[in-house]
Amino acid sequence: MRRQIPLALVFIFGVFMIFQYFVPHESSEWIYEFLLDWIYIIGIFALALGIWSLIRVSVAKIKARKADWEYPVITLAGLFLMILFGFTGYRDGSLGFHFMTAEGLSNPMFRNFFDYIMIPIQSTMFALLAFFIASAAYRAFRARNILASLLLVAALVVMLRFNPYLGPVGTIIADTASWLLNVPNLAAKRAIIIGIGLGMVATALKIILGIERGYMGKG
Amino acid sequence: MNIFDRMMSLDRRWVFLFLAVVCVITYIVDFQIPIRVESEVRTIHEFIDTLKPDEIVFIAIDYDPNALAELHPMCYAVMEHCFRKDLKVIITALSQNGPGMAEQAILDISDSLKLDREYNGILYEGREIRKGVDYAFLGYKPYFALVILGIGQNFRLPFPTDYYGTPLDSIPMMQGVQNYDQVACVVDLSAGNITDAWIAYGQGRFYFPLALGLTGVMGADYYPYLNSGQVFGLMAGLYGAAQYEELADNPGLAKDGMRIQVYAHLVIIFFILIGNVGYFVSRREKKRQGR
Amino acid sequence: MKYKSLVILLFFFCAFTLSAAQEDAAPVDTVQVDSIPPPAPVSMLTAKDGENDHGHSITLRWELSADDGAGQNSVLSYDVFRWVPFFMDTLQSIGDSLDAAEGAVAEQLREQRDQAIAMIPQAHTSYPEQGEWRKIGVTVSGQSSYKDVGVKERESADYLADHTDYYYRVDAVTADPAIRASSEIVGPVQSYGQLFNTGRIPVFVAVLVFGLLTILFVTRARRGAELYVRPLAGIEAVDDAIGRATEMGKPILYVLGLGTAADIGTIASFTILGRVAKRVAEYQTKLIVPCYDPIVMTVAQETVKAAYLDAGRPDDYYEDIVYFVTQSQFAYVAAVNGTMLRELPATNMYMGVFFAESLILAETGALAGSIQIAGTDQVAQLPFFIVACDYTLIGEELYAASAYLGREPILLGSLKAQDYAKAAVIILAALGLLAASLDWTAFINLFSVTS
Repeated sequence: MRRQIPLALVFIFGVFMIFQYFVPHESSEWIYEFLLDWIYIIGIFALALGIWSLIRVSVAKIKARKADWEYPVITLAGLFLMILFGFTGYRDGSLGFHFMTAEGLSNPMFRNFFDYIMIPIQSTMFALLAFFIASAAYRAFRARNILASLLLVAALVVMLRFNPYLGPVGTIIADTASWLLNVPNLAAKRAIIIGIGLGMVATALKIILGIERGYMGKG
Repeated sequence: MNIFDRMMSLDRRWVFLFLAVVCVITYIVDFQIPIRVESEVRTIHEFIDTLKPDEIVFIAIDYDPNALAELHPMCYAVMEHCFRKDLKVIITALSQNGPGMAEQAILDISDSLKLDREYNGILYEGREIRKGVDYAFLGYKPYFALVILGIGQNFRLPFPTDYYGTPLDSIPMMQGVQNYDQVACVVDLSAGNITDAWIAYGQGRFYFPLALGLTGVMGADYYPYLNSGQVFGLMAGLYGAAQYEELADNPGLAKDGMRIQVYAHLVIIFFILIGNVGYFVSRREKKRQGR
Repeated sequence: MKYKSLVILLFFFCAFTLSAAQEDAAPVDTVQVDSIPPPAPVSMLTAKDGENDHGHSITLRWELSADDGAGQNSVLSYDVFRWVPFFMDTLQSIGDSLDAAEGAVAEQLREQRDQAIAMIPQAHTSYPEQGEWRKIGVTVSGQSSYKDVGVKERESADYLADHTDYYYRVDAVTADPAIRASSEIVGPVQSYGQLFNTGRIPVFVAVLVFGLLTILFVTRARRGAELYVRPLAGIEAVDDAIGRATEMGKPILYVLGLGTAADIGTIASFTILGRVAKRVAEYQTKLIVPCYDPIVMTVAQETVKAAYLDAGRPDDYYEDIVYFVTQSQFAYVAAVNGTMLRELPATNMYMGVFFAESLILAETGALAGSIQIAGTDQVAQLPFFIVACDYTLIGEELYAASAYLGREPILLGSLKAQDYAKAAVIILAALGLLAASLDWTAFINLFSVTS
């Protein structure tokens, strides 16, 4: 029963969503919109589950004084501070508790935490990619064989396409790079996308028919 | 270990250090580099430029602070262009940290719009943009695919209120705006798979004109959609943003960033060449010793 | 006589003054408004229910006026009119009152409104009495169609009821809005939702064919047919990688990616994780599975627990094997990188949906000296994994990996169906290329999907 019910639900709703794509009638649309509302509700519960899971794991680490237990303290402090700032704000000049209203979003502390901590940290992590790309390119772009040499030449051409210092050669490189992007790259990507699309349809079909059960956690 | 072996197996920290020094120097020294405009960016600019006042452009700010460097300049350039042309703008943010980015952009652009500016020889007088009249910021909702599908039925389905809690029916510019049919085009600025949802669930079902602003890494993957006409324009990476700034005659962060990017690319090419020289010479030496 | 002369003099004076005034006045539009004759009306006006929609729309088509782009060339636009019963104004006023009302009054008005909405079809049967023609839209000259689209929300002012008789007319309008020609009235026409979207027939056929192929090959596989699948280096390397980790006494790091449990790539990854976890349990190697999404974590925990049970080692399973990190992309990457550099796993497996963090993960793994096997359906990240990892599963190979690892006939059967579908796509693409070159639009139109 524990396995049959989820399989039955997946089959029913999977078939309905396929059916809904081909049936524009209002009744099918009504059920579809009803399901959309339910998915939003489930999404909110998933968020709550995530927060609960994070708190549980962090508290367990702190209680057991595991290695680096100080970091979960910072994690929990950040979590609760942002919640506090997001739910409090100024209305008519006085600070108050405003649950799920716009005042929290305009709370200066909320904005400061976001603008001066979140944004710089996330941008910095993304900026690390530049360095990793450099080291990965240095390591991997070696002309070991013909295919590797083609890869190397293509990479050089595309990297040089924005370079303004190459004069007329630069124009040729830019046109070659455009050709590379619009012809062989496009063809290869299109083929990969078609393959992925077919794979997705096949996997979705397997899930609907109950052949693929990995999502239930028991393989 | 001879010099060629060293060239082939440099400690990656030298690469990091050299790159960092070049980036810092090109950041500090102020100079501009010429920008070559490509057709895929030009179509977006021309499309927006030829819209009539009061037509609606939908800008989807679907990126997080990580992609700020590449996509924020695009957002600023496109949004300011729209407001200068007296277009109305609907803004959503379907990534979790998107609303913060969007709010920051709206505030900054509001300040910029208060000034008289000349772009491409046309003087635009400063004005105040009003929430609900010139733009509507709808905010964030989870499950972006469902939001995109929901908007196709009616904006009010996923967004009964805007980001500030005002019911959509009370917002002046949303009167009579039901779904994508009332929108001139959608410009999606995204750094993740939200773009695929816009193409498959948005443009694929509702057939509105869709333009993309993507990170450089993603740009190459979306040429098939440009070629097939599912997307009418594509801005990829900082260079795409710089091209839009060039077309709009509104130099900003992207054009400044391009000089750093050009030199960073030269550094990467330098190390690739060093590695290959070391590789070939070492290989030849080994073959000679092998004989 | 004198009086008569005075009148004639006055007449000539007025005429002279007027003509002088005209000479002094600013230049006027060259179109002499009072000289426009009435244009020819539109002809062949038809009104039909909108196609392939949920109802609430009527499509009008007509032949252009003879004076549109030809003849007198005086038609500038077309006004579209629909006959609206006065009853609709009553309904609107109830709606307006309801917006301002509260409590019991609002409840009463709501009831009245619902009753009134139910009477809309009946109200339209009173045509042509108790109603009037109202302009609902305008199109420019040269356009010969108009779609009257309403909403399905009954409370909305733009509600266009289904199964209700509508009447339309189209006026050809000149520069002077008063000078126009009305078409014949067309109606009654009703809107209704379609039960099947005929514009999506090609997709329907493709889904049917693909579904049948899948069922066919799965059935064949169940009956014991030998199905050949080409070897995948990444999959072949999984066993060796697990063995390497066991020999070195180091853990295996398995990253499920940044997808949700609804993503196909993540679902494929669960299946691979199950098989890897079973082997790991058999070899008693340590497994580390940091998760980005809480629901993914829950499913992964169940998967790994079940795998340990299948391997006959339930006691070796503990909760911390699979743990939640954070739902912030780069915070997650930072945490996983830290784990890699502290635990120094012998093998890293990246299977699922990845974004910009892919290169950071792979490069750090390379720094830690791990053997790395990656698989993702995110096309943009494939180059990074290919460059930085030892083995990469490209796109659909990730979905196929579960079939490769388990060699179950059912899964292999569905894989064969995919292969045949791909072959069909290649053949059709080649035929399409030929058709486009030879201008066989009929063939191309067979595959076009509209609305």
